[in-house]
Amino acid sequence: MNEWSIIWQSREPFISGFLKTLQLFGISALLGLLLGVVLLYLLEGQSNWLRKGLGGFINVMRTVPFLILAYLIYYGLPQGGLRLSADLSGLIALTLYHGAYFSEILRGQRLVIPKGLVEAAQAHGFRHHLVFLRILLPNVFMSSLPLLGNQLIVCLKDTAFLCIITVREVTAAANSVQSTYFIPMKAFLVAILLYWIISLVIEYGIRYLTRFGKQRGFSHV
Amino acid sequence: MDLKAWLLLLEGAWTTVWISGIAIAIGISAGLLIAIIRRQAIPVIDQLLALYISLARATPLVTLVLFLFLSLPAVGINLDKHVAAILALTLNTAAFNAEIWRSALNNFSRDQHEAAQAIGMTDWVFFRRIMLPQLVTVSLPALVNEMSFLIKGSPAIAIIGLVDLTRVTNRIASVTYDPLYPILGAGLIYMLMIGVLVKAQSLAERHARRLAV
Repeated sequence: MNEWSIIWQSREPFISGFLKTLQLFGISALLGLLLGVVLLYLLEGQSNWLRKGLGGFINVMRTVPFLILAYLIYYGLPQGGLRLSADLSGLIALTLYHGAYFSEILRGQRLVIPKGLVEAAQAHGFRHHLVFLRILLPNVFMSSLPLLGNQLIVCLKDTAFLCIITVREVTAAANSVQSTYFIPMKAFLVAILLYWIISLVIEYGIRYLTRFGKQRGFSHV
Repeated sequence: MDLKAWLLLLEGAWTTVWISGIAIAIGISAGLLIAIIRRQAIPVIDQLLALYISLARATPLVTLVLFLFLSLPAVGINLDKHVAAILALTLNTAAFNAEIWRSALNNFSRDQHEAAQAIGMTDWVFFRRIMLPQLVTVSLPALVNEMSFLIKGSPAIAIIGLVDLTRVTNRIASVTYDPLYPILGAGLIYMLMIGVLVKAQSLAERHARRLAV
C-alpha cells in the first residue's frame, strides 16, 4: 500500500495532535503575553523587594531549560500533594516560562522609551496605571513586535518538548504513527510541515500587526 | 538526596556537556561556512540553503532528533544514538549561527577589503588575518547566546534514550520515589552551566564594544 495513503488513513492522531498543539500554543501564548504585561507593570512599581523577587524569577526562567520546569510541575509537584494532568502541567510550564521571556523583551523595549513621553502624560494628569495602560503599553508592545514574534515561534517549538511528559501533540502523534506502520520519514515530514505552517501564520500575523501599527503612528516613538 | 544521586546527576551533566560541546563546535564552523557560501550567491545552492535555514529554524529539536534517528536507517545510514543527537543539535544550531555570521559579514566594512587589495594581499590572507578576527569579535555575544539556547534545548535528546541531565532525574526518581530533589538539583546544575555562559557573553560584549566606532 502506498505510504502516503497510510498517512491519510491514520490522519486521526495527526489531526488531534495538531489541534492539541494549537490549543497548547494558543492558550499559553495569550496567557504568557498577559503575564509578561503584568510583570512589566509590577516591575515599574515602587516596592523594592517585589522588583527583586520578580527579577529573580525571570532570571531563573532564563537560565533553566523549559523541560526542567515542565518536569518540576508534572513530576515534582505531586510530591507536595498537587497532582496535575500532563496537559495542564504543560500549559502552566509554557505560560510561566514564556511569560518571563515576554516580560524581558517588553522591559528591554520600555528602557528605550523617551522619558519625555511619560512626563508629558503625567503633566496632563494621567495617573500611574493609566500612563502604563494607555501610553507605555501600546508603544512598547508595538515596537517589540519582531522580538515577540521570534519568542512566539520559540514557544511553538517548546510545545514539542511536552511529548516527553506524555502530552499527545503533533510530535507524539507522528511518533505513534511511525512506530505502528514503520513509515518514519513521511510521518515526521508531515509533523515538520505542520509546525512550519503554524510558524508561517505567526510570521504573517506579526507582519500584519506591524503594518497596522505603522498606520496608527506607532513607529514615530 | 545522597551521594549516589549526585554522582548520577553529574554523569548526566557530563553527557549533556560533551554532546552539546561537540554540537556547538561543529555548529559554529558550519554556520560560518554556510554564511560564506550564501554570500557567493550561487543560484541553486543559495535557495537550497535558504530553505534549509528556514526549515531548521521552524522545526522543534525533539522532532528533528526523532526524525534523524528513525528515518536515516530507512535510507541505509545506521546512526548510533549519540551521533544522531549530535547531528540533530548541529543542524539546528548551524542554521541559527549562519544567520548570525551572515549579519556580521554584511556589516563588515568594504574599505578594509579594498585597502588589502591595494597592498597586494590575497583574498585568503585577508580573510584569515583581518576579516575573521573582527567577525569573531563582533558576533561572539550572539554566538554565546545561541550556545546557551543549545544547552537549554539539549534535553530533547532524552527522547531517543540518551540519559542527559534531565532524563537522569527520572532514573533517580524510579529508585528513590522522590522526584522533587533530583529535579531541583538538575535545575541548579543547568543554572550553573548557563550562568557561566551568560558571564562569558557579557565579557564578550564588553570586548566587542571596544571595536565599535
